[in-house]
Amino acid sequence: MSLDSGAVKNIAHLARIDVSEADLETYTKDLSNILDMVDQMNAVDVTGVEPLSNALDATQRLRADVVTETNKREALQANAPATEDGCFLVPRVIE
Amino acid sequence: MYSNWETVIGLEIHAQLSTNSKLFSGSSIAYGAEPNTQANEVDLALPGTLPVLNKEVMNLATRLGIALNATINKRSVFERKNYFYPDLPKGYQTSQLELPIVEHGELFINVNGEEKRVGVTRAHLEEDAGKSIHGAAEGCTGIDLNRAGTPLLEIVSEPELSSAAEAVAYMKKLHSLVQYIGICDGNMQEGSFRCDANVSVRSKGQEELGTRAEIKNINSFRFVEKAINFEIERQIDLIEDGGEVVQETRLYDADKNETRSMRSKEEANDYRYFPCPDLLPVVIDDAFIEAVRGDMPELPDAKKARFVGDFGLSDEDAAQLTNSRPMADYFEAVVADGIDPKMAANWCNGELAAWLNKEEKDVTESPVSAEMLAGMCKRIADNTISNKIAKEVFEGMWNGEGDADAVIEVKGLKQITDTGAIEAMIDEIIASNAGQVEQYRAGKEKVFGFFVGQVMKATQGKANPAQVNQILKQKLTG
Repeated sequence: MSLDSGAVKNIAHLARIDVSEADLETYTKDLSNILDMVDQMNAVDVTGVEPLSNALDATQRLRADVVTETNKREALQANAPATEDGCFLVPRVIE
Repeated sequence: MYSNWETVIGLEIHAQLSTNSKLFSGSSIAYGAEPNTQANEVDLALPGTLPVLNKEVMNLATRLGIALNATINKRSVFERKNYFYPDLPKGYQTSQLELPIVEHGELFINVNGEEKRVGVTRAHLEEDAGKSIHGAAEGCTGIDLNRAGTPLLEIVSEPELSSAAEAVAYMKKLHSLVQYIGICDGNMQEGSFRCDANVSVRSKGQEELGTRAEIKNINSFRFVEKAINFEIERQIDLIEDGGEVVQETRLYDADKNETRSMRSKEEANDYRYFPCPDLLPVVIDDAFIEAVRGDMPELPDAKKARFVGDFGLSDEDAAQLTNSRPMADYFEAVVADGIDPKMAANWCNGELAAWLNKEEKDVTESPVSAEMLAGMCKRIADNTISNKIAKEVFEGMWNGEGDADAVIEVKGLKQITDTGAIEAMIDEIIASNAGQVEQYRAGKEKVFGFFVGQVMKATQGKANPAQVNQILKQKLTG
């Protein structure tokens, strides 16, 4: 297998996904299978093929540099669990 | 003591782009607004929103690419840099990794009279995060997302700087350049221009680089120098004492003048980048790049060379004048008024710079306009005032007493050039200082200065110095 359970735990932690010990083995196997398939694809000769960064055959549209938005703080904070003095409140972050 | 070591420094500079709206949304980026009044659904990453790229950032980034003599990638791609922090609502920062807009640039710096080329690895577009306000409420951190999504250009140098002084020279040069080309206001207090420094040391002659520490968010030239010097000493001391430098992020504490560990980078560094599926590749063409090139202002190095070549200024004078574009413009306006370039340069770099410095003003805020300075220089050139008196006139203009002619008139500073009047005065002084005349005639030439002083005292400095010298010499030699 290309991944061990430690790597899966680490990936889960970075993505803030809670994976139980019971599920760990399944995920390790499934994710390894995916990576094995990627390895298989890596064997294909792609010389001269441009890397694909988006499945759509199109390029980014650009917008004019104009301020179009107005202050909607009240509406946007209506669902926030806690606010004070216009700020969203979150549990204290220690630097 | 540290002569067996050499230092390797690379700088990452974040320049906030001077746009009206955000990188991917139509929210304003104006500084100082009430918290969260400039953060809309896109900035807050509410479900169902899509980013749309601001056209102006492509223009501004291309300008930097041209100014750095760099490759401008006609196809660039935005990627997601994934990490969790409360001031990053999306859970990722949209940035560029594989295909940044600008690559392979260069910047020339001058340290101790020697020019050095510093490679610029890349400059990529990315969004700024919001702001955490600590101590907002008991046990809480306040989050202001006005800054979230503000367009930044991260400019990464090659690890080719070898001292704190070189790092500061590079940073100053880039700071001046981004303002010249109008892509960033350079306001360091407001965080428009911030610097992270990657610092490592290795013993002299060693090929491979030492382990580096990254010092985050240093927001003044002085602190960059101090933080890097502290870090160099810390690393050398650590290694000489048998320790090892760990790769980590460190924070500079200006109050204590030290850097301290923020977090180990080993884990935090795993950002799992991938191309942002919400954004398509950005493609620009040659016509776009050429249009931007046609719009470029004269760059600082070219301007400096022109000042030396066309105006006959010294390298130092030209360098000082071209440090900031407004100062260079001011100088050119004075010269355009028919003033001798050397005289104009002396006044700009001398009295004007001193007053600006003293009152912490920018040249754009100078109470003495280029037109006023030119007016004063004309009065020096036509002998109405001497250089010395001109300083008094300058001060008068600075303090709002009107233009040069008004100050000269009101304060009665007009130079005395009437030969008869000066002669009469000198006769009087010679008559009443027989002793000194004796000394002078006996060969004590130093006494000449005494007579000049007497004449200047009698005329409150208003006698034309050249005339005074000439007449005095004549009469004393008698």
